[in-house]
Amino acid sequence: MTTSINQKIDDLLKQHPDLKNITPFIDANATTPYLKDESKYTRKLCDSIEQAIKKCELRDGMTISFHHAFREGDKVINKVVETISKLGIKNLTLASSSLLSCNATLIPHIEAGVITKIYTSGLRGKLADAISHGLMDNPVHIHSHGGRVKLIQSGEINIDIAFLAVSTADEQGNANGVSGKSQCGALGYAMVDAQFAKKVVLLTEDIVGYPNNPASIRQDQVDYIVKVDEVGDPTKISVGAARITSNPRELMIARYAADVIEHSGYFEDGFSIQTGSGASSTAATRFLENRMRAKNITASFALGGITASIVDLHEKGLVKRLLDTQSFDGAAGQSLGRNKDHIEVSTNVYANPASKGASVDELDIVILSALEIDLDFNVNVLTGSDGVMRGASGGHCDTAAGANLTIIVAPLIRSRIPTVIRKVTTIVTPGESVDVLVTDHGIAVNPARPEIAERLKEANLPVMTIEELYQRAIALTGEPKPIEFKDKIVGIVHFRDGSIIDVVRQVKD
Amino acid sequence: MKKLRRSMLFLPGANAAMLSTSFVYKPDSIMFDLEDAVSIKEKDSARLLVAQTLKMPVYKEHNIETVVRINALNTPFGLKDLEAVVRAGVDVVRLPMTNSAEDIHELEAHVERIEKECGREVGSTKLMAAIESAQAVVNAVSIAKSSPRLIGIALAAFDYLVDMQTERGDGTELFYARCAVLHAARVAGIDAFDVVYSNVNDDEGFLKEVNLIKKLGYNGKSLINPRQIELLHNAYAPTASEVENAKKVVEAAEEGERKGLGVVSLNGKMIDAPIITRAQKIIELAKYSGVRKEI
Repeated sequence: MTTSINQKIDDLLKQHPDLKNITPFIDANATTPYLKDESKYTRKLCDSIEQAIKKCELRDGMTISFHHAFREGDKVINKVVETISKLGIKNLTLASSSLLSCNATLIPHIEAGVITKIYTSGLRGKLADAISHGLMDNPVHIHSHGGRVKLIQSGEINIDIAFLAVSTADEQGNANGVSGKSQCGALGYAMVDAQFAKKVVLLTEDIVGYPNNPASIRQDQVDYIVKVDEVGDPTKISVGAARITSNPRELMIARYAADVIEHSGYFEDGFSIQTGSGASSTAATRFLENRMRAKNITASFALGGITASIVDLHEKGLVKRLLDTQSFDGAAGQSLGRNKDHIEVSTNVYANPASKGASVDELDIVILSALEIDLDFNVNVLTGSDGVMRGASGGHCDTAAGANLTIIVAPLIRSRIPTVIRKVTTIVTPGESVDVLVTDHGIAVNPARPEIAERLKEANLPVMTIEELYQRAIALTGEPKPIEFKDKIVGIVHFRDGSIIDVVRQVKD
Repeated sequence: MKKLRRSMLFLPGANAAMLSTSFVYKPDSIMFDLEDAVSIKEKDSARLLVAQTLKMPVYKEHNIETVVRINALNTPFGLKDLEAVVRAGVDVVRLPMTNSAEDIHELEAHVERIEKECGREVGSTKLMAAIESAQAVVNAVSIAKSSPRLIGIALAAFDYLVDMQTERGDGTELFYARCAVLHAARVAGIDAFDVVYSNVNDDEGFLKEVNLIKKLGYNGKSLINPRQIELLHNAYAPTASEVENAKKVVEAAEEGERKGLGVVSLNGKMIDAPIITRAQKIIELAKYSGVRKEI
């Protein structure tokens, strides 16, 4: 047989010398040796994280990636980095879709040179504090959720190995976040990494029978699977930024936001909405129900960042479809598994400005938070009033750019720190994408949207200029002293298209 | 329109952040508390904070009446509180544990002296009496009529119920006191305030109580959480159909007057002066607070 095929190939090459790169047939399993025996069922399964790392041939200088769907309950990022550290691998780029307070244990691995570069949507807690105080030589790259996909596509983030926590996977790697014990819901970030990473390792508590369904991550994308004791604690998804509030001030702002929506001109049958993380933003949803019923309208879809209160509206028939890239609480995760019109979307579909179609572009209304907003409506969701990083870019600039009406909700003053200031410490979202600011002291409309200001005034809402809000804040708190920074740049803030919109400098101790 | 006093929000006098920004909740009155909500250690600092707060123009700008609950005059703090807040321009001083008209007379004498000393118009500091004991409930009429400075009397349940050897329940325990205090207020031509509803997470129970006291005729209620303000104001707001009906009543009355009719009727029912007055009040209230909505 082989002799005969070689003869035939010689003839072929004589007649068509341009075909010189063709491969002669050897045997049926030349590229699939595992089909020769039973190993085809177990070839992807690894006994340990360490074994998976070795099989992927992780080396110094490579890029590793993670998703943050378990938010403060994540049990994978720290564990994998610790294992890598024990193997003596150094100089890695960490590209997690975001990092939270629970990732403070990465600090010693950064100090030891295991991780020397970071791409993330945000930073919180002790890790954020340490990086803001100059922990790293390389500045951390902050990107939006949509912008992350753009950076991956353009090759700036070049993921060698993605370590992806999933709730269940089968032996081939069909995986989701909606079954098994520890469910995180939508795997919007992980879907992108599974698509683009050179090697994909799944970590799961539960290896289920083939074929696992739904398959948010598909078997054709997965290299290895490791069974671990725990991937994450779903009860901690809604801790921190994505929390439910009973605070009267936050609820008051949420109610004003609902008033703004009702009278904005966009509150029509078939409207669409996203509520970002942040207490007032999430709480605004609960004030919409009666207004929708009174006007006898329903929403065509909600995007997000899906929360229990959005799911509640969906199940009451008030929101037809939910497009979910990240489930903000356990109830949203469970709904994704249960409701057929609760649809999982990758962050590429959700918000990538370079994709062939992003869902944020279809959005009517988005409600977002702010740490600071300035007189030009520029928004900072990254650095605190002390200059230290304590937030995340998230989908902020993505949704603000895409939506027809971008509403920022924030208290005018936090303790004694004003939120409305002359110039934001760090720009994450440019003022041109922001339409309305809702505070507990009043509502300011971007002068670029006079028609909205008129509608809100007609509805007797407390519309003020942003300058008036600023003066009110200063009257109560005094002019804040400027933050003192050093020269060293510790953070680079990317806009969603990958361009650089601002930098963060090291704070003085 | 007469000053509305539906909501009186209690704020602890030692909490600077709350004092400086709570006007955003727009209660009809804010009561800065120097008494029970302030620990002994913080009595002096709270007094200073509240006095400074009273000087902020924002309360007047938002048409929010300022009330201060001072410590009782027989404590080491009461008179100091009074000196500070009258001089700082408080609208109303609330006296805790008022048991008789004499208590108000004693307070009034001090207030008048301070007003003269600081150059404030005599009589411009208004007073409120808290009815917190069995004796006070029995004396409610004489207390309510004790001074032209009094703008209202407020029933306070905690000490009263201890005095009565009972506890908070379905409202039966407050039945007599509520009626007595309300009657006293009406006899004196002043406002009546109901007790606080302390379970701030029970909106349903709160609204049930609000509906009860509104039906009785109370002007409003003391509140301990800003979340209750919107619920309360909305419950007191007239419904759209009440407003519509009130407008018809006023129109019919006006038409009757134009035609020189002695008796006017609407839909077969006679409209007399009290009905017209009530209709006018409903229209006025609707202009101020809007109509009742689903929240």
